[in-house]
Amino acid sequence: MTMWQIVILASIACVIFKLAGYLVPARVLDNPAVSRIAELLTVALLAALIGVQTFAQGQEIVLDARVPAVIVAAGLFALRVPFIVVVIVAALVAAGIRALT
Amino acid sequence: MSVAEVGELDELAARKIVIREAWAVGVATAAYGISFGALAVAAGLDVWQACFLSLVMFTGGSQYALVGVLATGGVAAGPTAIASAALLGTRNAIYGMRMAPILGGGWWTKLAAAWGTIDESTAVALAQPRPHLRRVGFWVTALVIFIGWNLTTLLGALIGDALGDPRIYGLDAAAAAAFLGLLWPRLKRLQASAVAVAAALVAVLLTPVLMPGLPVLVAALVAVIVGAFNWLGTEKRA
Repeated sequence: MTMWQIVILASIACVIFKLAGYLVPARVLDNPAVSRIAELLTVALLAALIGVQTFAQGQEIVLDARVPAVIVAAGLFALRVPFIVVVIVAALVAAGIRALT
Repeated sequence: MSVAEVGELDELAARKIVIREAWAVGVATAAYGISFGALAVAAGLDVWQACFLSLVMFTGGSQYALVGVLATGGVAAGPTAIASAALLGTRNAIYGMRMAPILGGGWWTKLAAAWGTIDESTAVALAQPRPHLRRVGFWVTALVIFIGWNLTTLLGALIGDALGDPRIYGLDAAAAAAFLGLLWPRLKRLQASAVAVAAALVAVLLTPVLMPGLPVLVAALVAVIVGAFNWLGTEKRA
């Protein structure tokens, strides 16, 4: 696969889901399991991505500067610091640790 | 002053509040397009591919997911990257089902509405008490974010392109923090928190044994299982 194929296919898939919401009858929502799974799916995928993005390097599990950076980010989100500020601080923490070690 | 006039004043005031709220959410959201653009380039996309995603896919969570999986697995992880982005996009279908009866309109309206259906536009719309205020909230939020998000993506991609090795600047940690920021508001219920912890554990523990990208997809099964049996869930939701 080329990068463009990946980008275009993924975009089409996401657009199809967006359109589906306007074409599928709202009755599907009456089934509580459907909306529950959709909401939990978002949670599970984001959490899995956090885990991989924090600990994985290729197929290895490593503990490096990302770990303290994510812990700091969690603390800042708990304090309701705005998204963009937290993301920048997390980058600075990781960059700082790498520059010093 | 007649009752009708008072109603009209209320109406104008309410409209103003919705528009202000939509702008606040829109500008705040658009700002982190910069981090998306930079991360996309760091993951190996070129500036145009990053911009294409913000223009066409236009749903932050999926965009970050695609780029995140590509960052760890490269082009070889393409299929799993696509699947991760698509699965994260399923919630937009649910939003669409909620918004369709409120927005109405013909085919072109539906197409534009579907395009603009994201977490923020839906959230601002549904927070309004009356149907036409919901419409105002939806369209203003969607439009502000669409324009802002695309501009900041381009800016972020250009900056990322000039930076070089993303790890020196901690951009890999920034990606994890970005995911955490998207997850944070969804952790209000015990069930959601339990799923988050379990999914993260599954994904990390499977990292050494599965090819990059796959651990994230397998972790999604946690949501399907817990959701289907409603473990740790409340009896009934409104």
